[in-house]
This record gives sequence, C-alpha cells and structure tokens, in this order.
Amino acid sequence: MAMETSFFWVYVWPPLLILIQSLVLVVILLVGVAYLLYADRKIWAAVQLRRGPNVVGPWGTLQAFADLLKFVFKEPVIPSGANKAVFLLAPMVSAVLAIAAWAVIPVNEGWAVASINVGVLYIFAITSLEVYGVIMGGWASNSKYPFLGALRSAAQMVSYEVSIGFVIVTVLLTVGSLNLTDIVLSQHTGLGTMLGLPNTFLDWNWLALFPMFIIFFISALAETNRPPFDLVEAESELVAGHMIEYSSTPFLLFFLGEYVAIVLMCALTTILFLGGWLPPFDFAPFTWVPGVIWFVLKLCFVFFMFAMVKAFVPRYRYDQLMRLGWKIFLPISLAMVVITAAFLKITGLA
Amino acid sequence: MLTGIEAAFFYLFAFVAVASAFMVIAAKNPVHSVLFLILTFFNAAGLFLLTGAEFLAMILLVVYVGAVAVLFLFVVMMLDVDFAALKSGSLQYAPIGALVGIVLAAELIVVAGGYAFAPELAANATMPTPDLAVRSNTAALGDILYTHYVHYFQIAGLILLVAMIGAIVLTLRHKPNVRRQSVAAQVARTPATAIEIKKVETGKGI
Repeated sequence: MAMETSFFWVYVWPPLLILIQSLVLVVILLVGVAYLLYADRKIWAAVQLRRGPNVVGPWGTLQAFADLLKFVFKEPVIPSGANKAVFLLAPMVSAVLAIAAWAVIPVNEGWAVASINVGVLYIFAITSLEVYGVIMGGWASNSKYPFLGALRSAAQMVSYEVSIGFVIVTVLLTVGSLNLTDIVLSQHTGLGTMLGLPNTFLDWNWLALFPMFIIFFISALAETNRPPFDLVEAESELVAGHMIEYSSTPFLLFFLGEYVAIVLMCALTTILFLGGWLPPFDFAPFTWVPGVIWFVLKLCFVFFMFAMVKAFVPRYRYDQLMRLGWKIFLPISLAMVVITAAFLKITGLA
Repeated sequence: MLTGIEAAFFYLFAFVAVASAFMVIAAKNPVHSVLFLILTFFNAAGLFLLTGAEFLAMILLVVYVGAVAVLFLFVVMMLDVDFAALKSGSLQYAPIGALVGIVLAAELIVVAGGYAFAPELAANATMPTPDLAVRSNTAALGDILYTHYVHYFQIAGLILLVAMIGAIVLTLRHKPNVRRQSVAAQVARTPATAIEIKKVETGKGI
C-alpha cells in the first residue's frame, strides 16, 4: 500500500496538479480572449461610428461563442496540392505555443503555473517560435499568396524580435532578475520613491524607461501582426496571407493563436512596464482590491490601446516597416541598453 | 541520478530527440527534415532544462530554433532542390560519413566508458556552474562571461563584428538608377515647393 501511495505522490500527483492548474488557466484565458475579441470589435466599430456585433446575446456579448460554434461545425477543406500533415500541424503549433507562453505569467504574487528563473527568456523563446505556425501554414498551403504572407511574416517577426530583445534587456538591467515575479516586485519602488513620493504608479518602469515603453508597445504590435503592421495578412494585397486556404477549426486555431499572442503581449507589457498586479497607489482603498484585478485592468488598458491603434492608424508599407525596425528601433534600443547600463553603473543603483 | 517524474521526462525528451534526429536524415521532403531538426532542438532544450542549465535551454530555443532554423527553413523552401537527384549520388559519400560516424562513436564510448570503468573519475570533473540553490544559472554564466573572461568575450564579439561587416561589404552593391525613398526630403516638402498653381483660362488647356 505504501508503495502505491508513493507511486501516486511521485509520478501521478505532480503532473496532475500542473494539469489542473494549466486547465484552469487555459479556460479562464480562452473565455477572457472571447470577450477581448468582442471588445476589440466593439471598439473598432465605435471609432468608425458603427454598432459592431449586437445580435447574439445581450448587446452581442455572445458573438465570440457563436463564431466558435460556426467555425467548429463547418467543414475543414484541405487543398488537394497541400502538404496535409504540415497544413494541419501549422494552426496547432500556432495555438499551442501562444497558450504555452502563459505558463510563466504571474497574475498575482505567487499565482503562476511555473515561476521559473528565466521567465522572460522563456516567453521570448516561445514568442520567437510562433513564427513557425505562420511559415508552415504558408508553405503547406502550396499557393502563392499564403507563401508571400509567410515570407513577410518571418522577416517581420525576426526583425522586431531584435528590438523587443533589447528593450527587455534594459528592463532586466534595472531589475537584475529574469524572473517575472521579481520584475513586478522590483517596481514597488522606483523613480517616484527616489523623489520622496509614496509608492505610486510613478515607480513602475514605464516612466523610468519611457522611450523603451513606447518602442516595446510598437514592436509588440509588429510582433503579433496587429494593424498597422498586419502586412502578413494584408487583405488589400495578399487576401489573407497564410490563412487563405484555411477554413473551419484550423482557421479558428490560427485566429485563436493570434489573439492569445496579442493578450500575452498585453500581459508582458503590464508586467515589464506597468507594475503587474501592484496597485497604482499603495494606500487604503486601492490596496483592498486584489492584485489579480489590477493585473486584468492593466491588461485591458493595454489591449484597449492595441484596439485603438488598429482603428485609427493606416497600414504601413512593407519597406517602411523594415526601415522602422532596423534603422530606428534597433539603434535606439541598442543605445538605450548602453545608456541604461552606464547610468546604473555610475549611480550604483544596480 | 534522475528519479521520479524527472526520469520520465528525461526518457521522453531523449527518445523524441533521437527519433526526430533520425527522421532529419530519413525524411524524403527537405522541409520535413528541417521541421524534424527543429523538434530535435526543442527536445535538446528540454534535456538542458533537466540538467539545470535553464539559461542554455532558453538561449538554444531563442537563437537556434527562433532565428537560425527559420533561415534554414526559408532556404529549403525557396530553393528548388531536386532531392531525388541529390540522393542518388549520396552513396559515394558513405566512406567519409562512416569515418566521421566511427570517430564520433569512439569518442563517445571513451568518455562514457571512462565513467563506467572508474566512477570515481566523475569527482574530477569541475562543476561548470554552481548549484542552482547557490547562484542562479544566468548569474553564474554572467559572472564567467562578463566578469572573469570579459576580454575574451569582447575579442570574440569583435571578430564576429568584423565577419559581419565583411559579409555585408562583399554583398553590398551600389546600383545606379535605383530610386530610393528619402524620408527627410519627403517631410521637408511644403505646398510652396510641391505644388504649382496655374491660372487656366476658360476654354483653354495648360
């Protein structure tokens, strides 16, 4: 009997616990993404003086679920010239990687499925893998437009990863840790407290590293193929890029992967620059609110910015996109790494 | 010695890594080969994680899977290589391949066999990084690279820079008659320099 319990505690329970935690996270995440999708469409509609989704459910709130059912019950069409295995693998890679990155996101102190020492690097690694879903989908479709979309996507995502990497390095220099929880906790004190103010939102990294915050935000748009950088699926030139040949559930997975990746970037912005779950003012009424609420509120704020940019910034031309990434963001972020490091060394803050 | 769930994961990663490495050379389609190579990298990163080398695992993913393999995949997708023709002559390389394989296998046997015959030798090996409880992996590597051996690190960086500039110089060509965008010139345009207002009389052209 003792053998059996030890087998249970060694081999069954640890993975089971991780499985339960992951399932809870994924369910909450997907329901959250459904409503952020609805919010995205509503905001976009409001900017353009339209109503947006308003038929399914009260105020159209069940629209995302109706879309889900529609996609699931449609027939998946696989083009006859397609490479079947890779064609079906691509959307799964896209969705699974996007969700996998959430494993290390702390939504409150200690509330992460895995609080690993190299959390930032893990997210950086997983987001750099997301390009494979697009490339594989574009190639396996065996068609011109998807392939062009895949080529664009690979060049775009690899370019902007470079500047995102350097922006993350500046944050890591100021924090001194790659653990996402440590990064949030270190923002408890910062620029504001140095000036003698109480712990407020002025301590968070967005103010101390302001140009980096903007560069990170814009690079995140480009990295997730959001408008104005959605050249990968620019409907006016490439129809829908790598997603042209996809229908039904495979398309849904691509779509889901894209939105989960966007929400992930919002969460990462929140953690790196907006103080994660920390309240904006560290006194009575604000500290009563649980940290996870602050985290979600900040995430929604960043997502609102994403949605607004989509609504009112026209699409970039491809060479402008590359110019922005390589000739403007890369030199600025590289210089900022040197400046930040030198500043921390001279002042002895790190 | 790995026990419990770690051992299970070790065998999973090791088996998938070896199987996918075999598929890299066995797959008929070159794109499938590269995809299997990526899977191999991924599992190698998993093995790194199990040994506690978390930083190396992530860097392997970021650099090799996230950047190098993307370029690989690109080249293989873009090139129209007739692999059937290429493979037909592959047997003539078999002796060289066999030689490399034998040397590698011999070296591996010497290393692994050494520990099997004399387990006390394992104590002689220096610990490359301190225990995770003492110092985090990233910090330990940072100490070595940026503090103890910073000059070597910088020389290596300079060599890479020279190589990069060399590659750019070799491929850079200034073609005449190419119209380039000058953002400064575009922004500097004003109505006075950009448009000309002409009074067109009724019934006449310009």
